[in-house]
Amino acid sequence: MIVSQMQGMVIDNTQKKSGWYEMELSTPSFASDAQPGQFLHIKTGDGNYPLLRRPFSICDFDKDTGRLFLMYKLLGSGTEWLSNVMSGGYVDIIGPLGRGFTYPAPGARVILVGGGIGIAPLLYLARRLTERKCRLLMFYGAEERCQLSALNKFKRLGVGTDVATRDGSAGFTGLVTDLVQQKIASEKADVIYTCGPEIMMAKVAAIAAQYQIPGELSLEEYMACGVGACLGCARKLKTRDDNFIKICKDGPVFSFSQMEFDLN
Amino acid sequence: MSTRRKNFSEQSVLETVDLSVNLGGLCLKNPVTVASGTFGYGREYEPFVDISRLGAVIVKGTTLKPNSGNPAPRIYETASGMLNSIGLENPGIEDFLNIHLPYLLERGVSVIANIAGNTLEEYETLGAMIRKQSGVAAIELNISCPNVKKGGMHFGTDPDMVFQVVNAVKKATDLPVIPKLSPNVSDITIIAQAAQAGGANALSMINTLMGMAIDIEKRKPVLGNIFGGLSGPAIKPVALRMIYQVHREIDIPILGGGGIMSATDALEFIMAGSSAVSIGTGNFVQPGISVQVINELADYMIANNIPRISDLIGAAVRK
Repeated sequence: MIVSQMQGMVIDNTQKKSGWYEMELSTPSFASDAQPGQFLHIKTGDGNYPLLRRPFSICDFDKDTGRLFLMYKLLGSGTEWLSNVMSGGYVDIIGPLGRGFTYPAPGARVILVGGGIGIAPLLYLARRLTERKCRLLMFYGAEERCQLSALNKFKRLGVGTDVATRDGSAGFTGLVTDLVQQKIASEKADVIYTCGPEIMMAKVAAIAAQYQIPGELSLEEYMACGVGACLGCARKLKTRDDNFIKICKDGPVFSFSQMEFDLN
Repeated sequence: MSTRRKNFSEQSVLETVDLSVNLGGLCLKNPVTVASGTFGYGREYEPFVDISRLGAVIVKGTTLKPNSGNPAPRIYETASGMLNSIGLENPGIEDFLNIHLPYLLERGVSVIANIAGNTLEEYETLGAMIRKQSGVAAIELNISCPNVKKGGMHFGTDPDMVFQVVNAVKKATDLPVIPKLSPNVSDITIIAQAAQAGGANALSMINTLMGMAIDIEKRKPVLGNIFGGLSGPAIKPVALRMIYQVHREIDIPILGGGGIMSATDALEFIMAGSSAVSIGTGNFVQPGISVQVINELADYMIANNIPRISDLIGAAVRK
């Protein structure tokens, strides 16, 4: 896998019904090598403020057209700048970076659990796993109904979906983790992949442990370099660990067994 | 990036101007170095720059024993800058000498080691382990890290301690010794003079300015270590002012840095009295910035008919 820096031309960058932005980029073929779960480090500004790049999961990649897709939520000055880039404009990208999801055996039964904007890296994962003839079921947790529009792309891949909304405007009312807890026994999954709020991923990992299902999750942290040089995005996966892992280089994807969460 | 700029990166153009500088006995092929802690051991930046083109690579601060660093979160972006509290995480001097140094030397990189001790004796021991025969070109003495409790900045804010630690390392090694000064002092010229008296061959300045940020939701400091070091364009005016002041008071050369993001910034540092410059936070933003600055310095020299970059050192300083 070759890491490179390039200018990606923006084809489309619009706010969707979900409230989130979807960006379509035309880039050189670099992304065809990208693994699901890897990220791009994007310069979200022209000058010195905002200064640092921002990491974005690769949401999807279309091999035939060379189009790269990102999905992002307005969070601060960086994403605000990004949301203002017009079609035909360029963004400065470094990537693909980090360690992505590992693939299960072909034909495996896979459960995806997404929460909010954490759905982003799971789409590209779903595409690659579908190609590997895996059977996929997606549990998705959203605040409200409008965010479910992001699920259509999964449906188009033939992924089964089951949703939970906090306000009860669609699907199960409550937390997606409660939905997963109810349904998991009957699904006999070989592996679980999850991305979303950390508390959600922690609960998913705990449920997976109950049923002895292996799995992986994707972590987030403020980053500076994105390439493992600055040692800024450090954290201890388990409290007794001596060393800090770096999210950008050792992750962002980690296996459930590497992690220890404080659920209290 | 324009195609015009690419033309200037051609070797033939670089050969028409003299970018070499002398940093206290250390000859650099050009004045552009990358700052300690911002470039790892070079590997991470190989996809973006030909590291052999750099004046020097100043490697991550190295301690005697491996050090796991500070609790997370360790970094946070602020207006035109960033705070870090990495806390000198590094694999220790043995790994540096056995694994990372050979990698850089094989690639023809001029390596400046950066050492940090908890005690005077540790600095001495580290100095004795890094001599000419190791292949290292010079030692940068970290006496200004704001993120470690013992040692670190403690050594760099008291003139007597500065004198002692510089003197001790000078005696222990046969390499040029370049203490990195902390800006977190009331009069940096006093510290600079103490370092010079201690035998420093050059001065590196400035390290980060101590700062902090507050998370108003959690009502607590953002950084795990509470305080961190501020770097990036936000500190450039402070760095320039300190270099200007020190250049007027001392005779040894300065390796200047603090928020350099362009060749224009680098020229400001050179004209304020820096013989060489270090790029730090800029590497995170544009991983190819170091080589880009080298190319643009050559560009500037050709456009302005300046044969030697060394002619510009201190050009703006009124003695």
